[in-house]
Amino acid sequence: MNKIEIENLTLQYSDGNESLRNVSMGIRENAITVLFGPAGGGKSSLLRCLNRLNDMADVQTAVGRIMLDGENILDPKTDVIALRRKVGMVFARPVVLPLSIRGNLTYGLEVMGESRRSKLDDAVERSLKQAALWDEVKDRLDDQAIALSGGQQQRLCVARSLALEPEVILLDEPTSGLDPISTAKVEASLQELKKDYTIILVPHSVQQAARAADFAAFFLQGELVEYAEGKSIFTTPVNKRTEDYVTGRFG
Amino acid sequence: MKLNRNLSQRLGFGLISLMATLTVIPIIVVVIYIITQGGGAISLQFLSGFPHDGMRQGGIMPAIVGTFYLTLGTAIFSVPLGVAAAIYLAEYAADNWLTRTIRIAIINLSGIPSVVYGLFGLGLFVLFLKFGTSILSASLTLSIMTLPVIISTSEEALRAVPQAFRTVSISLGATRWQTIRRIVLPEALPGIITGVILGLERAAGETAPILFTGAAFFLPRLPNSVFDATMALPYHLFVISTQVPEMPFQIQYGTALVLIAFVLGMNLIATVVRSRARARRQW
Ligand SMILES: Nc1ncnc2c1ncn2[C@@H]1O[C@H](COP(=O)(O)OP(=O)(O)OP(=O)(O)O)[C@@H](O)[C@H]1O
Ligand SMILES: [Mg+2]
Repeated sequence: MNKIEIENLTLQYSDGNESLRNVSMGIRENAITVLFGPAGGGKSSLLRCLNRLNDMADVQTAVGRIMLDGENILDPKTDVIALRRKVGMVFARPVVLPLSIRGNLTYGLEVMGESRRSKLDDAVERSLKQAALWDEVKDRLDDQAIALSGGQQQRLCVARSLALEPEVILLDEPTSGLDPISTAKVEASLQELKKDYTIILVPHSVQQAARAADFAAFFLQGELVEYAEGKSIFTTPVNKRTEDYVTGRFG
Repeated sequence: MKLNRNLSQRLGFGLISLMATLTVIPIIVVVIYIITQGGGAISLQFLSGFPHDGMRQGGIMPAIVGTFYLTLGTAIFSVPLGVAAAIYLAEYAADNWLTRTIRIAIINLSGIPSVVYGLFGLGLFVLFLKFGTSILSASLTLSIMTLPVIISTSEEALRAVPQAFRTVSISLGATRWQTIRRIVLPEALPGIITGVILGLERAAGETAPILFTGAAFFLPRLPNSVFDATMALPYHLFVISTQVPEMPFQIQYGTALVLIAFVLGMNLIATVVRSRARARRQW
């Protein structure tokens, strides 16, 4: 089942360049869909469309439709707050809020008005376990989150979006600043998470793309060049430009 | 060659520390001088009594209380307004000509001599709005003078909060206002408090803005409403230094000492708040 249908999406920032050009793709539920390609291809721009975070950027035009569970989220009438709870996001650099570990995890629930201690505690424990961080921090939930290591911070950021019980999780190069061991931990937890969530990942390397992808989309300068199952796109790409990229001939 | 570089580094540092020391010396000298000249005047009776015998005897309590009232009054008007304006400028205002004009106006306002504010206050609050020569008029006048300082320092403090915090907060479903109240403001608070205290400190020490708007030469009792005039430390100091013949200089320096202690005390609070917050913050 497709969770999201992107239909003829074209995105233009105020400098006039098209960062996404007539992109159409369906995104499968309970799978990891990878968006990969060289810098400036529009991967982050596409992610930011999916939770309307681009509202904060200098967007000139966004035409086309993005259907999430049958509703067009680009519609101006969309409740963006509700959308962002449904579509969680993890950024490249782990940005922990200047709060305690617990405070980071409960923030999203608190701003939506949840104040029952039991609910919040449940969310903290559940999300930390899902992000494979529970054992490392369970005894110091009230410490400042900034005191965690970079890898732990990034898993905290994953946990933080999970605490809201989203349906879709967007990850933009979530392991770009991490060592191989932390990277492996994050990747492993994604494989677990996809059983319950729809995951869209911008990987930080082609290798990671190949490891993680159930489906993969190759973006080049705003254009969706090829979109296929992960198994085939990295071994037998159809398009010449995809082949050049995955075999390391450019990019 | 290496020796040379080390030598020039030592010379450079030496010179810089010398300069730094030189700037501190006048402050220390002034403070020590005022303490030695005026310290003898300080007594419980000086701090808690009314002046008498044409102010040549007695205490300065009404001036201390008056300055406290004026500073408090200034804070009540200028802090909420100034911080709100800073939040608007830093978080909401679009970057257009209007915003830029407002910003330039604020910068220029802080350069206006304080006596001009005094005249403005006389015209607007005392005469036009008929508040009379009163604590209210003087506080409002001091507020207008203080606002630019509070606005620009608070705006700077808000802008220093990393943009990423806002993005993350929004992506977690917070509204813009929730983001400001829960994340941005607490982070900017030490900087805002510093700016507020710097502004109020200046207000507490000024004579010119209250001269025509609320300061009294001498009052035999404390003001009992905001429409009463009040004595105030800086104006009292001016009066006893220039208007009263055969004034014992100890009382003059004693008054100056109290005024300096008042202002430095506020400064100390600002420093403590700032260093506490800096120790807590780690990004
Ligand atoms: N906020 C913005 N304002 C203006 N232009 C932008 C903005 N964000 C991205 N762009 C432009 O859109 C294009 C696509 O950028 P985007 O960040 O989506 O690419 P990307 O595929 O994520 O690249 P990278 O691999 O470097 O992260 C680039 O040309 C970029 O300059
Ligand atoms: Mg990117």
